[in-house]
Amino acid sequence: MDNPSLFQQLADNWLLVSMFSFFVGVAVFAFLPSQRAAREDASMIPFRNDTIPEKTCKGTCKTCACKDSEFKLEGQADV
Amino acid sequence: MDYVKLALLGVVTLVAAIATNWARDLAFQVHAVLIMLIAGGMFVWVLRGIGEPAMKPVPNDVYHDGIIRAGVIATAFWGIAGFLVGTFIAFQLAFPALNFDWGQPFTNFGRLRPLHTSAVIFAFGGNALIATSFYVVQRTSAARLWGGNLGWFVFWGYQLFIVLAATGYVLGSTQSKEYAEPEWYVDIWLTIVWLAYLAVFMGTIFKRRERHIYVANWFFLAFIVTVAMLHVVNNLSVPVSIWGSKSVQVFSGVQDAMTQWWYGHNAVGFFLTAGFLGMMYYFVPKQAGRPIYSYKLSIIHFWALIFLYIWAGPHHLHYTALPDWASTLGMVFSIVLWMPSWGGMINGLMTLQGAWDKLRTDPILRMFVLSLGFYGMSTFEGPMMSIRAVNSLSHYTDWTIGHVHSGALGWNGMITFACLYFLTPRLWGRAQMYSIRAISWHFWLATLGIVLYAASMWVTGIMEGLMWREVDDQGFLVNSFADTVSAKFPMYVVRGLGGVLFLSGALVMVWNMFMTIRGADPATATVPHAQPAE
Repeated sequence: MDNPSLFQQLADNWLLVSMFSFFVGVAVFAFLPSQRAAREDASMIPFRNDTIPEKTCKGTCKTCACKDSEFKLEGQADV
Repeated sequence: MDYVKLALLGVVTLVAAIATNWARDLAFQVHAVLIMLIAGGMFVWVLRGIGEPAMKPVPNDVYHDGIIRAGVIATAFWGIAGFLVGTFIAFQLAFPALNFDWGQPFTNFGRLRPLHTSAVIFAFGGNALIATSFYVVQRTSAARLWGGNLGWFVFWGYQLFIVLAATGYVLGSTQSKEYAEPEWYVDIWLTIVWLAYLAVFMGTIFKRRERHIYVANWFFLAFIVTVAMLHVVNNLSVPVSIWGSKSVQVFSGVQDAMTQWWYGHNAVGFFLTAGFLGMMYYFVPKQAGRPIYSYKLSIIHFWALIFLYIWAGPHHLHYTALPDWASTLGMVFSIVLWMPSWGGMINGLMTLQGAWDKLRTDPILRMFVLSLGFYGMSTFEGPMMSIRAVNSLSHYTDWTIGHVHSGALGWNGMITFACLYFLTPRLWGRAQMYSIRAISWHFWLATLGIVLYAASMWVTGIMEGLMWREVDDQGFLVNSFADTVSAKFPMYVVRGLGGVLFLSGALVMVWNMFMTIRGADPATATVPHAQPAE
């Protein structure tokens, strides 16, 4: 490899190419318009859960162990 | 289970007793006594608890904050210890008589210097990282810390590592690798503790109840994983005897140098940068009361930083036996690194958009902003110094020391102080810190200290670099090394005074934390035209 051409080096460095494509993929993914809501939601995580939230089971009370009071509400409200 | 513990502790005590007897050097002997006493004490403690009714199982619906309280206190304690040693060795450089004859060889500069660097980076910074990462991962995962008492093992195991490392330096046990001085058995112990840390952190993330892993946790995780890798590879060594502290490195020559600075620079990149950015991404939004400026930018910031930092190490080895292509690679990546660093700084600063007025009344937020400012400044200065031409002037001078301290005191120190002020009232159930004015005092004492430090080191570093390269019209060097040493005296004194200011600011903080934790009534003198900080 005394005088390697640019392409030869790139070909030798498949790791470099794959890492760079991964990075470009991440950048594209970060800016996907369809992910905007998810990004906004994620940025609000620090402002939730200052205490561990009680388990809630919206509409799936029969499959998860939720509190009696919530179980009674089933069918009466949109829980 | 208790009987297994007893058997293990008994064996450890016995082996440590044998090691005390057969130890080949003083440091190893002292460490063996230390471990014998600790294991023996724990043996008695477990023995006394046998047959007692089992303790109530820990509740799963509250956060595990006991470790974090301990971590906050340990951070403050090691901070004071590290700053104190740092200030002392700064004056040792200005006044060599402070290398007292009666204290030789234990208190000379050469032994106290690694004590200072390890105390501030690994003891102060490390405890701050462990405490804040445990705090943040629980709150952003909405889950209690995984692993029960394994978290306590991480905390106390890490303190034991610090004590072994610190006593080892003073007693002369070192493998002579900068920021990786501890000898082989201390390295093995740290590896065990670190894997437990990784397990606790990952376990908590696995049982999270938020769908998304918040970006602060990405940075913390990158810090934990990378430090484990760096630590293991850079400390590959073969002990001369298992009853002695001396070991021989597996790598030698330029390979050893490259491995060391791959480790050394990524200790900066992942310990002092990625980990502390984890703090930034949680605590700055919390204190400002607004979400991070751009979550998209934080994703780019993370991946760019991770991909780039790992290549920057060779810039520590310009003009050495290292091949040119390697040091050029390190230099190029260091300069590219400027972009994600400033992206992160901008992301943090712009979080205050619409909340800049809070800077007027909230000294904690002011500390966060100042730390981000210093992050930006030192991540500009660093790439510049990594350029080969600049490095030929700056290398081996005190400019480097100034650069490190503007990052360490300004960025790591200030953000840690701000986090301690954020955490202390919350962890001990107080409305706010005992004295808001004392926080302002701390802010200004620390800021002035850093300014004195960085400015004097710039002056003295550039002066020294220019004096070293000055040649007369015959081509002979003009100055001897001792000429530069005597020319540096005034700047050394100014630097020491900067250290005194920084240390006194930290002492004000400890007093404020003590009064807050004790639950004293806050001072109530109101400042006109100012609202109390939230």
